[in-house]
Amino acid sequence: MAAQVEETRPFILDDEQASLIRRQEIKKKVQKAGLLGINTVVMLVVLFPLLYAVSMSLKSPGEVYSSTFRLLPESLQLSNYADAFAVAPLGQYIANSFIVASLITVGQLVSGALAAFSFQFLESKGKEIIFALVLATLMVPGEATIVSNYLQIGQWGWLDSYRALIVPFLTSATTIFLFRQFYKSFPIALYESAKMDGCSNIRFIFQILLPLSKPAIGAVSVNAFINAWNMYMWPLLVSGSDRYRTVQIGVSMMNSVDSQSVVLMLAGVVIVLIPSLFIFIIGQKSLVKGLFAGSVKG
Amino acid sequence: MELNQPLLDDKGNGIRKKRGKKKCSIETYLYLIPALTIFFLFTYLPFFRTIYRSFFLTDNRGIERVFVGFQNYTDLLTSSSFQNSLIVTFQYVAIVLILGMGFGFLTALLCNRTFPGIRLFSTVYAMPMAVASSGIAMVFSILLNQRIGALNQILGTNISWLADPRWALISVAVLTGWLNSGINFLYFSAGLSNVDESLYESASVDCANTWNQFLYITLPGLKHISFYILVINVISAFQSFGQIRILTSGGPGESTNVIVHDIYRNAFVNFRFGLASAESVILFIIVGILTVFMFRTQRKEN
Repeated sequence: MAAQVEETRPFILDDEQASLIRRQEIKKKVQKAGLLGINTVVMLVVLFPLLYAVSMSLKSPGEVYSSTFRLLPESLQLSNYADAFAVAPLGQYIANSFIVASLITVGQLVSGALAAFSFQFLESKGKEIIFALVLATLMVPGEATIVSNYLQIGQWGWLDSYRALIVPFLTSATTIFLFRQFYKSFPIALYESAKMDGCSNIRFIFQILLPLSKPAIGAVSVNAFINAWNMYMWPLLVSGSDRYRTVQIGVSMMNSVDSQSVVLMLAGVVIVLIPSLFIFIIGQKSLVKGLFAGSVKG
Repeated sequence: MELNQPLLDDKGNGIRKKRGKKKCSIETYLYLIPALTIFFLFTYLPFFRTIYRSFFLTDNRGIERVFVGFQNYTDLLTSSSFQNSLIVTFQYVAIVLILGMGFGFLTALLCNRTFPGIRLFSTVYAMPMAVASSGIAMVFSILLNQRIGALNQILGTNISWLADPRWALISVAVLTGWLNSGINFLYFSAGLSNVDESLYESASVDCANTWNQFLYITLPGLKHISFYILVINVISAFQSFGQIRILTSGGPGESTNVIVHDIYRNAFVNFRFGLASAESVILFIIVGILTVFMFRTQRKEN
């Protein structure tokens, strides 16, 4: 090999080679442009329902009933959004959803980080059996226990309260699994030396482990918040009054409040969609990393 | 926690291990208490209560009154309504699978090679996973509206997508497929990026064309993950509720009355909690079996 390198002469392209390379480059460019074109079309198809919702929410009520399709509104009726807030207590709904989703997220982070710490760093009898029991909860779909949960919460007098909306979701097997998976790559020596220095477990978790677990925290938060924000069936059953109604239920009830005002309903829908999409867009990277750290390794 | 201090400062490994285990074990469980309490109260307890209740006739507040053995189950399995519900669910799941996975796969393929703007496109393709099923269902209720909806206007048709039994199930399934395509895109993308790059290189040395590369390298490389995605999709499709309640409420007739919606109807409209519990158990059995499948393939992956 070394001899060959020495013999290399100054590299000069003859015309044929140059044109070959140029053709290759053009081919690549055409491919890329084609890819870009196809992707643009597919992207518009994916986005269509969302764009349609935004566009309809900005039309005047009269324009909605026109019989020909026009994506862009004739004039932007931003007042629809203000009207939507006037028709239904949207502000209260949004606040409720934020309270519920934030507390669920925090709860899942804390309970998940603690449980995963115990599973990964501490020794005990039956640890793996308990871990299996945790994962087994993934097999029980929430819809299969929803009847019992509803009756149980009714017996406790919890119906129509924040407790009912929040407490059942304060932990999740997925969260514990993601945290444990992340801790697996954590150098155990760091834990042992911290213990040598007399650092208690709880201090280790909050001062060393969690600050170093930002990717896992990011993924779990995004996932938990979006899921909690988008919940439908459970809040539908347990929140009966405007005081505790979440925004998904509140907006879906605008459906029946006033059948004339399609525009107001869609304005409501757009308002509901924005927070989860916003969080998804900022958190997408960490979400993807976290989701695939544990589940898919090839 | 203070109790641990002297033991842990002690550098004699043997002592620490022997005695530390005993001391630690209580602490170990302390960290598990928050999570396990929630699981116990809101998953395990209701789960066993559901099984228990499924053997009873209940009053309209859900309290078990008369023990009837397996009667709820035999009633269910022989009722044409539940049989219809099962058939509808399987049809629905099949359509959701084909559309959701097909679209996820297509978009993942489109983003497999880099090109300008790829990050924008992949964000958009993954986005449906963050969209609420109820919110987008309301958009579809307008989009599919016979008179003012965009679909009829664009296609120049006059179909009542949601009120025609032939179209209602397909319409709802299309929406769910759209919702699932986001996460499927991510899974397929991960799968594609795991296919061994060197295989493609040696293939292009051997002058294999793109189609053959796709057929003999890409597809086999995706075998395991595809099965995993399939199971995840089946499970999530079985659990759909919001979009169905908002778009069709199980109708027209019972043409979109999937299992979860039927549970909802039996429990919270007809107040037949025992029957709904038996139905929940059947749903659990189906989803449980599928989840076991999923864990198995996941273990194979690792």
